[in-house]
Amino acid sequence: MSNVSAKQFNTVPAGNPAVESPLHWSYQQQKSTPSANAGVVLREKALLGHVVLRGGAIVMDEAVRQVLGMSLPAKPNTVTRDEAGERSIQWISPDEWLVIVPGGEECDLERRLREALGDAHVSIVNVSGGQTVLTLAGENAREVLMKTVAFDVHPQAFPVGKGVTTVFAKATVVLRRASETEWELVVRRSFADYCYRWLLDASKEYGIDTQ
Amino acid sequence: MFYIHCPYCQEHREEEEFHPRGEAHLMRPTDPDNATDEEWGDYLFFRQNPRGIHHELWVHSVGCRKFFNITRNTVTYEILETYRMGEQPSITAETEKLRKEQGVQTADGGWQTIGAQPDSRALNEETSS
Amino acid sequence: MTQTHRINAGGHVDRSQTLEFTFNGQRYQGFKGDTLASALLANGVDIVNRSFKYSRARGIVAAGAEEPNAVVQLGAREETQVPNVRATQQALYKGLVARSTNGWPNVQRDVMSWVGRLGGGFMPPGFYYKTFMAPASMWMTYEKYIRKGAGLGRAPHESDPDIYDHMHHHCDVMVVGAGPAGLAAALSAARAGARVILCDEQEEMGGSLLDSRETLDGVLAARWVEASVKELASLENVTLLPRTTANGYHDHNFVTLHERRTEHLADTASEAGFAGQARARLHRVRAGTVILASGTHERPLVYANNDLPGNMLAGAVSTYIRRYAVVPGKKLVLSPSNDHAYRAALDWKEAGREVIAIVDARANPDGDLVRQARDSGIRVITGSAVVEARGGQRVTGARVCAIDLERFVVTGKTEELECDTIASSGGYSPVVHLSSHTGTRPQWNEELLCFLPGEVKGMISAGGVAGHFGLDETLADGERAGRQAAKATGFENAQAITLPATRARRDGKACALYQVPHEKTALRAPKQFVDLQNDVTAAGIELATREGFESIEHVKRYTALGFGTDQGKLGNINGMAIAARCLDRSIPDVGTTVFRPNYTPITFGAIVGRHCGELFDPKRYTALHQWHMENGAEFEDVGQWKRPWYFPKKRRDNGQERMETMHEAVARECLAVREKVGILDASTLGKIDIQGPDAREFLGRVYTNKWAQLAPGRVRYGLMCKDDGMLMDDGTTSCLADNHFLMTTTTGGAAGVLEWLELWHQTEWPELQVYFNSVTDHWATMTVTGPDARKLLSELTDLDLDKESFKFMDWRDATVADVPARIFRISFTGELAFEINVQANYALHVWKKLFEHGEKYDLTPYGTETMHVLRAEKGLIIVGQDTDGSVTPEDLGMQWAIGYDKPFPWIGKRALSRPDTLRGDRKQFVGLKPKDPSVVLEEGAQIVFDKEQSIPMDMKGHVTSSYYSPSLGHGFALAVVVEGRDRMGQTVYLPMADGTVHEAEIVSPVFIDPKGERQNV
Ligand SMILES: [Zn+2]
Repeated sequence: MSNVSAKQFNTVPAGNPAVESPLHWSYQQQKSTPSANAGVVLREKALLGHVVLRGGAIVMDEAVRQVLGMSLPAKPNTVTRDEAGERSIQWISPDEWLVIVPGGEECDLERRLREALGDAHVSIVNVSGGQTVLTLAGENAREVLMKTVAFDVHPQAFPVGKGVTTVFAKATVVLRRASETEWELVVRRSFADYCYRWLLDASKEYGIDTQ
Repeated sequence: MFYIHCPYCQEHREEEEFHPRGEAHLMRPTDPDNATDEEWGDYLFFRQNPRGIHHELWVHSVGCRKFFNITRNTVTYEILETYRMGEQPSITAETEKLRKEQGVQTADGGWQTIGAQPDSRALNEETSS
Repeated sequence: MTQTHRINAGGHVDRSQTLEFTFNGQRYQGFKGDTLASALLANGVDIVNRSFKYSRARGIVAAGAEEPNAVVQLGAREETQVPNVRATQQALYKGLVARSTNGWPNVQRDVMSWVGRLGGGFMPPGFYYKTFMAPASMWMTYEKYIRKGAGLGRAPHESDPDIYDHMHHHCDVMVVGAGPAGLAAALSAARAGARVILCDEQEEMGGSLLDSRETLDGVLAARWVEASVKELASLENVTLLPRTTANGYHDHNFVTLHERRTEHLADTASEAGFAGQARARLHRVRAGTVILASGTHERPLVYANNDLPGNMLAGAVSTYIRRYAVVPGKKLVLSPSNDHAYRAALDWKEAGREVIAIVDARANPDGDLVRQARDSGIRVITGSAVVEARGGQRVTGARVCAIDLERFVVTGKTEELECDTIASSGGYSPVVHLSSHTGTRPQWNEELLCFLPGEVKGMISAGGVAGHFGLDETLADGERAGRQAAKATGFENAQAITLPATRARRDGKACALYQVPHEKTALRAPKQFVDLQNDVTAAGIELATREGFESIEHVKRYTALGFGTDQGKLGNINGMAIAARCLDRSIPDVGTTVFRPNYTPITFGAIVGRHCGELFDPKRYTALHQWHMENGAEFEDVGQWKRPWYFPKKRRDNGQERMETMHEAVARECLAVREKVGILDASTLGKIDIQGPDAREFLGRVYTNKWAQLAPGRVRYGLMCKDDGMLMDDGTTSCLADNHFLMTTTTGGAAGVLEWLELWHQTEWPELQVYFNSVTDHWATMTVTGPDARKLLSELTDLDLDKESFKFMDWRDATVADVPARIFRISFTGELAFEINVQANYALHVWKKLFEHGEKYDLTPYGTETMHVLRAEKGLIIVGQDTDGSVTPEDLGMQWAIGYDKPFPWIGKRALSRPDTLRGDRKQFVGLKPKDPSVVLEEGAQIVFDKEQSIPMDMKGHVTSSYYSPSLGHGFALAVVVEGRDRMGQTVYLPMADGTVHEAEIVSPVFIDPKGERQNV
């Protein structure tokens, strides 16, 4: 049985202990710099549920259809989203997907997926504490990305719905185009401060709004 | 700076996303315990380092994390093909030699960087329709 | 009117905007639109530099990137100094301050001239070394002054206040150069829909059209440039980059562009509204097709005294007159080998100055421009050339002679012409540099008398660089290239575009002339310069070939030809031609040197971009970093991580309050753990989640020890080797469920170990069903350790911490401070220890709760230094400190962790039975106890057995870790020593650099609690 062979761990506390997103420390260090007519708008989608799925595409697709009502992205480097845009599944590799859901759903999601997957050889890993989502919008968002990633972020090469893992300055990022106007950057917790500082610096000439 | 077509991500990516891991198709002796010291030494330490066609193992470390192989010309640095683990190269030093002998121009397949990126274009059309 | 050489009409300068500037301390005025060079010429400044070796006066020669002399030090303030700026490429701005790079203390009277005279008339190549190297000890003294005198520019002594950055681009077509070919190419590719980048190194786009006499569609060519640039700027698929030099062409159509964004404003950028903008930007372009439309550089002729100020390139003369409205003299002698150069004389005459004569090397020049010159009354002397320039600080005359090109001799009589300017042209060299960066060799074209770019995959050369010198040909070639490039990148419907009409012009054939013959031999004649920046003369090259340097690469290194900041843009071809003549070989036979990036010098700022200061390298923080900062931690860099090193506290000495020293803090922290309870942020340890039915089998193959029996709830320490048998990493792995494990790695090894596991899984054992995922950042890890650890933790957890139900090397799920946690009973200190893992977002909460409850137990935070002391006291290794890639588990005495009888030949096993790993005299891991208890041995210190042995002594090992132990009250060390385990109790010696020799006894590496009882309580 699957629940014997793999150990699930509920990381969501029952009570209400203090909780800090990976950028908590950075916000304290880098006071917000409100800027009129900011060319770049940077926000954090903090404390979401992040789950990595590994396994065969066919069984995994069935399971996520059943549990999330969404299908796996069929093509490499793409992201599928639910209608509300709150839940997404991203192709990371032929046997790896990143699922992002509202915070608190991750453990339940893992449990239900494990149930649906039965004995199939899969891996489900909760990484919610290890990464966070930044959003980048504004007139100059694309230029800031051009300063930051070598991947082609031109709309022709990076349409809405695309998502890639790539190099971010001297760190790494999972970069997704959420809409015509908004980019999502999934960054690792320990690199979050570096990424945040980098974005502030690269955006300076356009003016940046960090709320 | 190479521009490398990852056979798993199915698109070209910048070299900084990859790590080279040396010669491809190295065979670990199947029965190490009974391999001679010389066989084991060959496996551990000796590499081809050819001038010309070379098969190399690379990993898409900042990407899909998959290992794959590259056939590369070590003189021109041209990447002639990339292929998945478990597959064999279609271009080798022998096939190149044969083509030359037959008066055929050497393969100029290689990195098809030529900008268009059909995948993303198709994707573009789909999402906008 | 200070601008004595400015004419009143024409040019692209804005006469309504006068700009003040300072050169070598003297104030001048120029106009907006000037370059520093054109402004200097407008003010009649003849001498802009002193030459590198002979300290001769030098003036402006060219009008572009190829300028060898007018290389200046720019910047009004110390922190904004930029060395080696070409005045010909530096736009003039208000308040510009520049100095000559060479010529200390000043260019007019130069102390270096004594050096020039020292060597007599001719300083052979290698002069400096041959003359000043003896005595060798004095070279340093000489060098200081020679360098100062010669000058190579200097870096600022203060931090650069400017911002620089990088930008990545992808495009279908990258067009290098916005002259006629580049513009036509960009237009045709852009209209086809391709993503186009067009860059040009000049302030304005247009290249040769900017100073052209020709018309397009019946109007001056510059008009067509304006319209074309306007159209391109309006297209969304086009990126225009003026003031941008394509400096490097790398593998797979990767081009680096150096954009000077506010360089034309420099110190004044802020006032001009560019505050916060990058001064320069390095663009990294991945292009589908590269169109090389870099045009040509004119070659000067090599004749005697051709370096005197007043000697210029013919094309540069035209550029200064037509583009900047500056006539750089009054009386011109033009010495061409081709028709195109005649423009200089025509432009000069039209500017109202006197053309003394055109001295054409050809016997019967007959092109349209020649006829035009004759018709306008200019004297044309044929079959002749300027063989020698006359003058001291500036040209005062030209000595003209009939020459025989075939026999390389002067014939006929000399005529002296009075003039102040000599313009020469020996033909046009395509700017093949970028194509050469890719590794291909340029090809000599005998018809065109120049090198053309070699074939590069993905590159099309167009226009002048491809050997098309006529305007109609150039435009057509550019258009064709643009269309071809668009087609190659997927725009198959690219259509030919209509090009502007040119007026037909017939050019006569040029002749091959590089060095002009002289009555005297090269060695005896006045110097004939080939490379002006490096003072390489025709005689120097001749001498090099006579000394046996036959390869052009050797000639280059012997003479320094092409070694300057200009990379021999003017001199290389002439130098090759001279070498070929001396060796009696053809130019292609002598070959060409290879050009390498960068095409023109690039500032360090642009290379660094924004990867500097706090963004130089990522700093990785744990979830508890804020607490560490607030509690005064000193930090240590562990890889990219910032880890607390120690937590100094205030203390009182004789009523004085002060901070603890590191030694004091570490001693306090160590004792707290040994006697009470301490806490460590261990979040940086690598953590890998492993799931799958074959996870256990996989662990058995990558670790040296056994994993078959490890039950859920249990933890085991493992060693990981490479297949050469050498230790690569260690850590504990916990069995979470039958098919589910959590592996920990060293902090530095995390990424490498994960890739290692994937490597073996993907390439060697793909049949094993297992997945690996990093969870390093997901979990925060807090180690609570010390005799009171259980008491403290029990206040915060629901878990039964009894030693029977929760044993050493067990793990359990629990809650700590109401947060779900995973607790591991593992110990890296030798004391009772609990490693608490919680989801990182809750870490600070749990940590703070532990301190709330820990106060009564005197809970002490400790850092990496204390961690090191505590683990070393227990003889626990740190991979990478106590090992170095040449240490086996056997060497470490860890036979207990080697499963020789495991069924699968695990990684590293076979190598442990190779003769080398079985050698009896390998270095083994031991402890060292210094004889003097106050001594703390140096890490890395070498160990010898015989202290009396003379140097070189036999080194028998070295210290790997060494600390002072507050628990033991003496220094102690870990070391590797030859046959160390058989030498327990023996004395070894550690000779230090200062002559002292420490003595130490070889002991067990476990200094405290050898039976391991304390961690089991
Ligand atoms: Zn990939």
